[in-house]
Amino acid sequence: MAKWVRRSKVRGEAMDRRTLLKGLGGAGIVGAVGTTRLTAPALAQGANARTLRFVPQANLANFDPIWGTQYVVRNAAALVWDTLYGVDDKLMPQRQMVEQEEVTEDGLVWTFKLRQGLKFHDGEPVRAKDVVSSLVRWSARDPMGLMLRASQNELTAVDDRTFKWSLKKPYPKMLLALAKNNAPCSFIMPERIAKTDPFKQITEYVGSGPMRFAKDEWVPGAKAVFTKFADYVPRDEPALWLAGGKRMLVDRIEWIVMPDAATASAALQNGEVDWWETPIPDLVPLLKQNKNILVDIADPLGNIGSFRMNTLFPPFNSVRIRRAILMAMNQEDYMRSIVGSDDNLWKPIPGYFTPGTPLYNEEGGEILKGKRDIEGAKRLLAEGGYKGEPVTCIVAQDQSITKAMGDVTADLLKQLGMNVDFVATDWGTTGTRRAMKNPPGQGGWSMFHTWHAGADCINPAAYTAIRANGDNAWFGWPNSPEVEADITTWFDAKTLDEEKAAMRKLNKDALDYVVYAPTGFFLAYQAWRKNVTGVVKGPLPFAWGVSKTA
Amino acid sequence: MGGYVGRRILSTIPVMAVVALFVFSLLYIAPGDPAAIIAGDQATPADIERIRASLGLDRPFLVQFGEWAWRILHGDLGTSIFTNLPVLDLIKQRIEPTVSLMLVTLVLAITIAVPLGVVAAWKAGSIIDRLVMLFAVFGFSVPVFVISYLLAYVFALQLDWLPVQGYTPISQGFWPWLQNLILPSIALGAVYIALIARMTRATMLEVLAQDYIKTARAKGIGQGGILFVHALKNAAVPIVTVIGLGIAVLIGGAVVTESVFVIPGLGRLTVDSILRRDYPVIQGLVLLFSFAYVIVNLGIDLLYTLIDPRIRY
Repeated sequence: MAKWVRRSKVRGEAMDRRTLLKGLGGAGIVGAVGTTRLTAPALAQGANARTLRFVPQANLANFDPIWGTQYVVRNAAALVWDTLYGVDDKLMPQRQMVEQEEVTEDGLVWTFKLRQGLKFHDGEPVRAKDVVSSLVRWSARDPMGLMLRASQNELTAVDDRTFKWSLKKPYPKMLLALAKNNAPCSFIMPERIAKTDPFKQITEYVGSGPMRFAKDEWVPGAKAVFTKFADYVPRDEPALWLAGGKRMLVDRIEWIVMPDAATASAALQNGEVDWWETPIPDLVPLLKQNKNILVDIADPLGNIGSFRMNTLFPPFNSVRIRRAILMAMNQEDYMRSIVGSDDNLWKPIPGYFTPGTPLYNEEGGEILKGKRDIEGAKRLLAEGGYKGEPVTCIVAQDQSITKAMGDVTADLLKQLGMNVDFVATDWGTTGTRRAMKNPPGQGGWSMFHTWHAGADCINPAAYTAIRANGDNAWFGWPNSPEVEADITTWFDAKTLDEEKAAMRKLNKDALDYVVYAPTGFFLAYQAWRKNVTGVVKGPLPFAWGVSKTA
Repeated sequence: MGGYVGRRILSTIPVMAVVALFVFSLLYIAPGDPAAIIAGDQATPADIERIRASLGLDRPFLVQFGEWAWRILHGDLGTSIFTNLPVLDLIKQRIEPTVSLMLVTLVLAITIAVPLGVVAAWKAGSIIDRLVMLFAVFGFSVPVFVISYLLAYVFALQLDWLPVQGYTPISQGFWPWLQNLILPSIALGAVYIALIARMTRATMLEVLAQDYIKTARAKGIGQGGILFVHALKNAAVPIVTVIGLGIAVLIGGAVVTESVFVIPGLGRLTVDSILRRDYPVIQGLVLLFSFAYVIVNLGIDLLYTLIDPRIRY
């Protein structure tokens, strides 16, 4: 070292190692050796405790809960707009914006009265005409709303706080329609906004709910911010899901979209975010080990996995072949491929409706129970006339759930000796291709995988996937008059016992026909930091009642 | 010179026109339907059709292209199908994080890579040279996201020196802005550093073998002067070329880096738009990246004239 420095000095250039290292610029990057976080001054503790940083399940790319029915839009909209009714944790409709309702004995005329003091975020009172316009827009897109429209005489504002809905035939599920949490919910907007074409997006986000949407801070796909609406009047009852008093205990909620699960996990561990809606199963054990983090089931209503078979073309135009698939499939294989080894996260379901809910039943589900019968299924395939046609199986690779299930299905079909045409694609392409009614070999399909939120599968109300009305049914176009008659019976049922009877028959008929193949019931976790309290399980992340200490 | 610059700028027009037609056509024939994505899982085919019609997606290709091209010529990049916001507004929202990331990465990369390459060439064959080359191999081989995860794990999670994620606008302070960019720019810069270091070493070796370097040594000029004044200046042209070409590498790498470090930049906007088939945004972004790349190349060509006075246009 000394010899080298002396040579440099003779030449008049200070080219020693220290100079070289400075030239490499290494010092600047690690200049904080020995210090703690190189952060800017943290928010004052009080301000930090009033801001909840939440990682949602997906991008909030648009914010019209009637135009875009994605769950993430509904979840955000529930903060900004209120509803006339809301379901509680027993899935019973409870009054929310409504003070009282009356229905005539014949069930044809419903009269609703709004609570006092309701305001929009622009300071205007919520009037009956706003409600009427909101319901008109909602009913143009919602299945139950469309049913109401079809039998509607008129929907009018009687005075500022009263509106009337008169029908041609009774609709016993009126309150459920207005209370349900399935998208689209009947959110109440100002009249001028609600008059937007339901097939076009709104451009203003003036709400009626406990939080305002901070449009100027919105970076679609990256960040959304909600601030507390001081003039919101919560109900007196305690909050229970979408019912009761929606009391906000934080002033600001920041939704931070994190496409990378590992980053979200690290951010939660580091305290950079407070609550993560959908941690992936692989990372849950890591989060559970962290003493500052709590992990629990997110939504007790869970999800139902499924694959749909195209009933228009061979081989799945044969009921026997569809039943052969049910006979052979093992729901445990599907569920383990999604949730791994955690037995708390899945259960088999011999049917189509959400376990643990009042109308759940297993009628006709024997085909999905017990030891799997591959040989029996092969015989049924032959009886059903399977001649080796390729089964075009569309599998979206960018959704972990469909990718996992697709791999299991491909293996199942091969075990049965079927000719599998495995089409690995993405979810966007799946969305297009499944709508095509071409034959499978000509751009169409034989089967695709998906899943349904358990909240949507409690009853037929919002359960598009259970419909079997042929061309108007969901993709796969099942056509079963018996299933449709059972659904109508449920809609017309006036008592819980009648509903249960209708649902038992519906489950059996739907399984006999094989409207689709249910692959099992699975749950997911949510995770939050211990300084956050009030997080509850539910079909969406309820921010009311959630508070935070610094 | 002015004429040269003018000609180059004019020549971007046919380039952009070809890019525009290519991108538009590609998206038109690519599978996927934004109307279906918008309508959601519960939508009926009639709903999807209606949304498609309201977005104008049911019109013939030439009509759609013509309208879009006309709007582009008037500086209107269109409106996002999903957010209903002007594409230009979306780009304005996201451009600062991406430019910041690329700038910091560029500065970091050049600051580290050029001296590394110079030293490697100076000490060719030595352990220092081998270490620099090993680092270069590492930078080329290890994917950006792996480096990102490692950096986040060590410096954010374990040492708690830097945040795991996020971006702070520079208007909120220089240090908050920089601290969010340190880890992402190191991750993104790794391959860039490797590229520049190797190119610097290669050209420096060539230059150091020249007779005028021997003359400079004979005249008593110190090693620092030889390396960083005489040799590097003459080796600069290929290095600058590689830096310019590497901008494309940065743009591609920014997509992954922005996703891992949750930086709300153009890279993430590109990926999100592609996944949901938000055609106007995709088209706008591709045009923007193409234009930026053309301008960067022009800048590099002009830089040559500063480095090498013999180059004149």
